[in-house]
Amino acid sequence: MRPLEQTFEMKQDSANVISVSGLTKYYDGLLAVDGIDFEVKEGEVFGFLGPNGAGKTTTIRMLTGLSQPSAGTAQVLGHDIRTGIVLAKKEFGVVPEVSNLYDELTALENLVFMAQLYGVPSDERVKRTEELLKTFGLFEKKGARFSTLSRGMKRAVTIAAALIHRPKLLFLDEPTVGLDVVNARSLRSLIQKLNHQGVTIFLTTHYLEEADLLCDRIAILVRGQVVALDTSDNLKQLVKSEPACEVRFAPTPEEVISDLEKQRGIHRVESSGANLHLYGESMPSLTEAIFQYASQKGLEIASISSAKPTLEDAFVQITGMSLEAMLVEKGGR
Amino acid sequence: MWKDNLRGIYYIAIKDMKTYYLKPPAVSWGIAFPLAWILAFYLRNPQDFRELVPGLIAMTVLFSTTAAEAVVINFELRLGSLERLLLAPISLSAVLLGKILGGVIFGFMMTAIVTLGTVSVLGLQANAPFLVLIIILSLFAFSSLGALLCVLVKEVFEAQTLLNLPRFVMIFLCGVVYPVSALPPAVKHFAYVLPLTYTVDGVQQSLGSVQSGNIILDIFVLIAFTLVFIFPAIKLLAKKFA
Ligand SMILES: Nc1ncnc2c1ncn2[C@@H]1O[C@H](COP(=O)(O)OP(=O)(O)OP(=O)(O)O)[C@@H](O)[C@H]1O
Ligand SMILES: [Mg+2]
Repeated sequence: MRPLEQTFEMKQDSANVISVSGLTKYYDGLLAVDGIDFEVKEGEVFGFLGPNGAGKTTTIRMLTGLSQPSAGTAQVLGHDIRTGIVLAKKEFGVVPEVSNLYDELTALENLVFMAQLYGVPSDERVKRTEELLKTFGLFEKKGARFSTLSRGMKRAVTIAAALIHRPKLLFLDEPTVGLDVVNARSLRSLIQKLNHQGVTIFLTTHYLEEADLLCDRIAILVRGQVVALDTSDNLKQLVKSEPACEVRFAPTPEEVISDLEKQRGIHRVESSGANLHLYGESMPSLTEAIFQYASQKGLEIASISSAKPTLEDAFVQITGMSLEAMLVEKGGR
Repeated sequence: MWKDNLRGIYYIAIKDMKTYYLKPPAVSWGIAFPLAWILAFYLRNPQDFRELVPGLIAMTVLFSTTAAEAVVINFELRLGSLERLLLAPISLSAVLLGKILGGVIFGFMMTAIVTLGTVSVLGLQANAPFLVLIIILSLFAFSSLGALLCVLVKEVFEAQTLLNLPRFVMIFLCGVVYPVSALPPAVKHFAYVLPLTYTVDGVQQSLGSVQSGNIILDIFVLIAFTLVFIFPAIKLLAKKFA
């Protein structure tokens, strides 16, 4: 009996928490999600990265039963989303794009209500709620009406509400939108902590750094299609490995870009602020050209380093889109 | 499964009932409006007031439940909290039934106040079991009607506007102010397809003021109306999340 049971469990362990095949959503004539396929493995942080309107929220809504797919299938925690979604809901939590708890209830009452809906035993409801509020550093706010909380606190309480039934899988739709740097950072570390406790995370974002920092694997979604799916490192590898250097001169002459491009060994120069990105044949020829130019013009080299491709480079190359597409800020609640 | 759904229905109803009467439309439409009518009728004609009691009770049932649904459904649709309920491991029907039950409980409290107040002050004789049954079945019918009209629209104000048409038609045609028997024949037939007619009739008979009707018929008709309103309401709500 024993060995059989163990192999069964092992199979379960390596099973996909989410598997999506040909998932499609039309809104009237508009194709919002265009036949996507992907898998989310147990224990990973899976990032869904894409610009506004790419279809991230629509995908989450289909996977969580708030919207019906026009075509395709998906399994969430072993349940088909068309037939078994109510059972799957017992084991996943959702943090929507906009915090939607009840303004007129306190933080504590909101969480207790969620506990009631999810069937948390009555003797555990308040205990779990208080534990969660402590984890989020919001214990003193338990009696405050939700409407009176700051934006960051609202997000935190909304996440706490999604965790009340101890889900195995957490969907987070743009969790840090609208938060200041400090709140966003503490939220990211909280997401990491949850993941270390074994919660599989499905996260959407249009922040490249956030995806880079948090996600084990990233799917890049553009106009409803998954155009790339890999680890952040592998995505960066995809970028043409043209040797590159980052330099800053002091002072920076006006004609610096055209001057440098005339130098032998330098193919291309791009400026980003005071820094210059130089692309060339090889690192030695690049550095040689740079030093030569500096001594010619009597410039000081304020800094120089080799530039590795970033996720941003990868994104630009893979999608053919400019980074501006990802910088559109949205107001969160 | 059904246990999860029952639990969901119960807690949604309790939560709505508790938070709802803090909302302005609840106070204005659910409470102040029926009370203003009572006062207006009483001041106009204190002698005949007794005859208006069944109509007042029926009107309180109608307004308290429908006003409640507009808030618990449309407010929550707009704020997204209805989506949160739908993310819980319960069916969409359970969520809607919870909303309807919340309206019933709120309406029951309002109607109980009006009923106990008028019946005891005027010293009316009531067949209590029938009276309570008619009121509860009516609360379900009108809470379901409210839910149905509310899932047809997006915003609270649209819902209030949409609700006003059947409300005022029913006030004038269903025996609240004028007896149905006194209506012209064509209008009379129309009155018989409106649920409030059966509420007024059932309450009148439980209070012994009219003996002509058939209270058992009222009971079955009110149950039928409830079902006729609930099923399309569930369908329409599901369509919002298609
Ligand atoms: N309920 C709806 N009805 C009609 N069109 C919709 C609806 N919801 C989304 N869309 C459209 O579907 C597309 C994808 O939207 P979605 O909200 O999934 O994008 P997103 O990737 O989440 O974007 P964002 O970063 O802005 O949140 C968009 O073109 C959007 O306008
Ligand atoms: Mg979105």
